[in-house]
Amino acid sequence: MAKRQAEIDRDRCVACGACCKVCPREALTIFKGCYAVVDGVRCVGCRKCAAVCPASAVIIREGSR
Amino acid sequence: MNKAIRRFKWYDFLWIWSIVYFALGFFNIMFAWLGMIDFLVPIVIAAIKGDKFFCNKLCGRGQLLHHIGTTCKCSRNKPTPRWMVSKWFRYGFLIFFLAMFGVMVFQTWMVASGAASLKEAVRLLWAFDVPWGWTYRGGVLPDWVAQFAFGFYSIMLTSTLIGLVVTVLFKPRSWCVFCPMGTMTQLICRLRNRSALKRAEASDGAEAVPEGAKDAVTGSDTEASSDQDAIQPIRQESAEQS
Repeated sequence: MAKRQAEIDRDRCVACGACCKVCPREALTIFKGCYAVVDGVRCVGCRKCAAVCPASAVIIREGSR
Repeated sequence: MNKAIRRFKWYDFLWIWSIVYFALGFFNIMFAWLGMIDFLVPIVIAAIKGDKFFCNKLCGRGQLLHHIGTTCKCSRNKPTPRWMVSKWFRYGFLIFFLAMFGVMVFQTWMVASGAASLKEAVRLLWAFDVPWGWTYRGGVLPDWVAQFAFGFYSIMLTSTLIGLVVTVLFKPRSWCVFCPMGTMTQLICRLRNRSALKRAEASDGAEAVPEGAKDAVTGSDTEASSDQDAIQPIRQESAEQS
């Protein structure tokens, strides 16, 4: 029983930080200026990051709930 | 207190600096030199701190484009084309931009050495010269200082115009995808943190939170791994249900 989660395509991510700013749960951080990283515990799959990402680097994994 | 509500920090208003910069250059071109701050600070931060703190928190242009696209609803919000997101385009655009910057420095040197005279115009999109002479009064500083100011202002205005076009056509922060400063700082960060990156890739496979990611905002290179048990790798969960 896994919830919907965001996942980052690290090759596409440009580490701009737009996702971090828009996340209402502060579940995203930029790892060492290279790519974004999702905190699986905080993420609730609201998809705001996927909507704002200019590089379309966010993949939403659908949960089974 | 709801912890998800973010408080405004001082740097959340740096989009105003973006507007102020262009306004200043409209009245006195010498202010264009202040743009060197936006050129040097990201690189210094990336080299010393090892992260994109400038891009993520300080960049006035990113904030301004976000506001124009989101708050002012000027963005179509269509995905940025794949070719624009590709490494080819990003690195190619960076090289092109650096080449144009080099040409501008060369033109400054030509004026400094007396081989060319000062051209009081702003060149938009590397092709369209717009008279900008009222912004230079001459006199105290040598002509090459003004030539550099005109050239630098041209570059800043050109890139802002391109940024505005892609904000309207695609996503609010589409410019950030191929911004030369962004590409450069990401390359510097990748180079500077290559051992930490290798550790992150190797330690827990594809999509888990890398070791030290909890300190990602501060960019510290700690060995803390106490969060690893609490955070479940996303791939594992998807594999369970599929």
